[in-house]
Amino acid sequence: MKTMTLFKSAVGGLALSLAAPVTAVAEDSIYVPLFTYRTGPFAGSGTPIADGMHDYLAMLNERDGGIGGVKLVVDECETGYDTKKGLECYDAVKPKNPVIVNPWSTGITLSLIPKASVDKIPILSMAYGLSASARGDVFPWVFNPPATYWDGLSEILKYVGGGSIDALKGKTVGYLYFDAGYGREPIPMFQTLAKEVGFTLKLYPVAPANMQNQSAQWLDIRRDNPDFLVMYGWGAMNPTAIKEAAKAEFPMDKLVSIWWPNDADAASAGDGAKGFKMLNWHGTGANYPALADIQKLVIDKGKSQTPRGEVGEVLYNRGVYNSVLIAEAIAQAQKITGKKVVTGEDVRRGLENLNLDAARFKELGLDGFAGSFKTTCADHNSHSATFVQQWDGAKWTKASDLIGPDTARVEPLLDEAAKAYAEKNAGWPARSEPCDNK
Amino acid sequence: MDLLRAIFIDPFAQMIGSPDLLAQTIWEGFVGGVLYALIALGFVLIFKASGVFNFAQGIMMVFAALTLVGLHEKGVPAWVALILTIAVMYALAVGIERLVLRPLVNQPDIILFMATFGITYFLIGLGELVFGGNPKSMITKELFLPGGSIDLHIPGGRVQLQKLDIAAAAVALIMVAGLALFFQKTRIGRALRAVADDHQAALSVGISLNQIWVIVWFTAGVVALATGIFWGARSDVSFALQVVALKALPVLILGGLTSVPGAIVGGLIIGIGEKLGEFYWGPLLGGGIESWLAYIIALAFLLFRPQGLFGEKIIERI
Repeated sequence: MKTMTLFKSAVGGLALSLAAPVTAVAEDSIYVPLFTYRTGPFAGSGTPIADGMHDYLAMLNERDGGIGGVKLVVDECETGYDTKKGLECYDAVKPKNPVIVNPWSTGITLSLIPKASVDKIPILSMAYGLSASARGDVFPWVFNPPATYWDGLSEILKYVGGGSIDALKGKTVGYLYFDAGYGREPIPMFQTLAKEVGFTLKLYPVAPANMQNQSAQWLDIRRDNPDFLVMYGWGAMNPTAIKEAAKAEFPMDKLVSIWWPNDADAASAGDGAKGFKMLNWHGTGANYPALADIQKLVIDKGKSQTPRGEVGEVLYNRGVYNSVLIAEAIAQAQKITGKKVVTGEDVRRGLENLNLDAARFKELGLDGFAGSFKTTCADHNSHSATFVQQWDGAKWTKASDLIGPDTARVEPLLDEAAKAYAEKNAGWPARSEPCDNK
Repeated sequence: MDLLRAIFIDPFAQMIGSPDLLAQTIWEGFVGGVLYALIALGFVLIFKASGVFNFAQGIMMVFAALTLVGLHEKGVPAWVALILTIAVMYALAVGIERLVLRPLVNQPDIILFMATFGITYFLIGLGELVFGGNPKSMITKELFLPGGSIDLHIPGGRVQLQKLDIAAAAVALIMVAGLALFFQKTRIGRALRAVADDHQAALSVGISLNQIWVIVWFTAGVVALATGIFWGARSDVSFALQVVALKALPVLILGGLTSVPGAIVGGLIIGIGEKLGEFYWGPLLGGGIESWLAYIIALAFLLFRPQGLFGEKIIERI
């Protein structure tokens, strides 16, 4: 009889626990979900980023007791870089009152943009996603600092043009890209520039299924013999492309990638990768006090999945940078509202008032880690300058000074694209959100 | 008129004008085709012996390569890691026979097919749990696989042959020849062919179906390991490689699900066909056509030979 009662209680308890709605996290904490991918074809890129994002926030909890005395509840949701799974993650975290979402996929970002203003959850798509979402007047809930894909493209073209895109007149420029939302994002601007400046653009799409099977694209590249090759790759596409470039004896100094390859992508091609170039805007290596704190308070204490040696890699530090933006947005939101426990609406205001100058980076234990930038209500990006870094076979070395975007060309195109987006999406709301920096 | 010229004249003019590029394209297609053929071979072996379309063949390739590299990363010498990986593939074959095939014997084919989906997800999870999700570099030097390339100078330019690709083609040929001999000349091979022809008849003459299944799944595992080593050396060993295995589907459509020569010839037709198509006709459609071109080639063949190039013609009387 007693056994039966126990059994009934257990079944009842289980049923209740399954039926209970997802509850919001504790009222004295701030919920920060992280959309990550540590599994699947994109894990090579996703894992170091996930580690960097997680470790910085975990370090703030350990070292400072959170932000403004409020603990952060950090929760990962595995998307596998799959838009459908990303939307499932979003639905799963929404009831817990997240103050921000980081989709880490242009496809997921594009799907979440229409939801952000409705659910009052700001989106941080750091240097990815929809370039036009830099326009705060049209996209008050979306933030993509410190540079858009269009800025990045203009910076690469300026670099290969020796400081001016106009110098590319009469040249042939190839574009090797991941054939999905991310890789297609800069094509409209690329085509406009090709027409305006007078260079020939050759497109080399790599379908997700062919990330590790690129010989056809590299045959095309051999035939077309472009003067320069721009690459926007992700996941397994990056190491394969670098290996194929080395195999095809393509001059590495003529291949420049956007900011997504990692150390391991270059290292896997061995000596052939020497000279490979990519854009970046922040430091590599672990020689920063904040990273030392992460090592001491998080990794050494077994509170992280980060393997030894990953700290300091490009994409690990990129993850840290992403979390610096999250933390700064929360801190700004606390300052603006005077509240300790902030909401998504508050953090949106924080994101519109980011001000990371050299002094602030130093204060954060990241002296000289990245260039200063500010966001405003109108500009959610800052269109920061980047630099070119080059793989020497073992580490990255700086190969250029800071290169700013071709603002004169990029800005009108961004305005046009933002306007077109609003017109295409009938009923797109006019901005009604408050602005704290007019 | 311009379009017709671009389709029917320009590509051939390019082929004649740049024979080096034509030869390079055919070589790249040949190497890709050899690797597709090896993947398809794994499917064919299992289908012939057990009537199961093994959806897990792609992940078996990843799992085998990952085990090899993962063991080496943990300090196991390369050749020991290779032997241990073969042992793991044998254990996997035994496990699949005991836990999946045997309990599902006499179930409809679709049930067995769905079970291979289960095997796929199990191997993905196990692989990620044990070795992590990050891509790994293949241990080519440790396995004494050659690096570098050989340049062939032909009229109009040069053709670059990667030594690794030559090794892949050679290993594939040796494996196919070895399998052919195994099937034709050994007692087990004959038993396997008997099972492939008729399960009931094979059972009635005392052939152990369970033993044959283990042998076939193990052989498919070894083929998967060889494919994983070469494909992993061309790019990296990552879970994205299992998507490449889907390229075996048009090969199977073309070659037939039950024919070993079909897998080889089909693989080469698809490999060379898709590269030629992408290179000479792809620009007309904005590039990136090889993902679907392989299926178009296979379907075009099916119009004339519905059973595939070497597949058995099935006649069902109603």
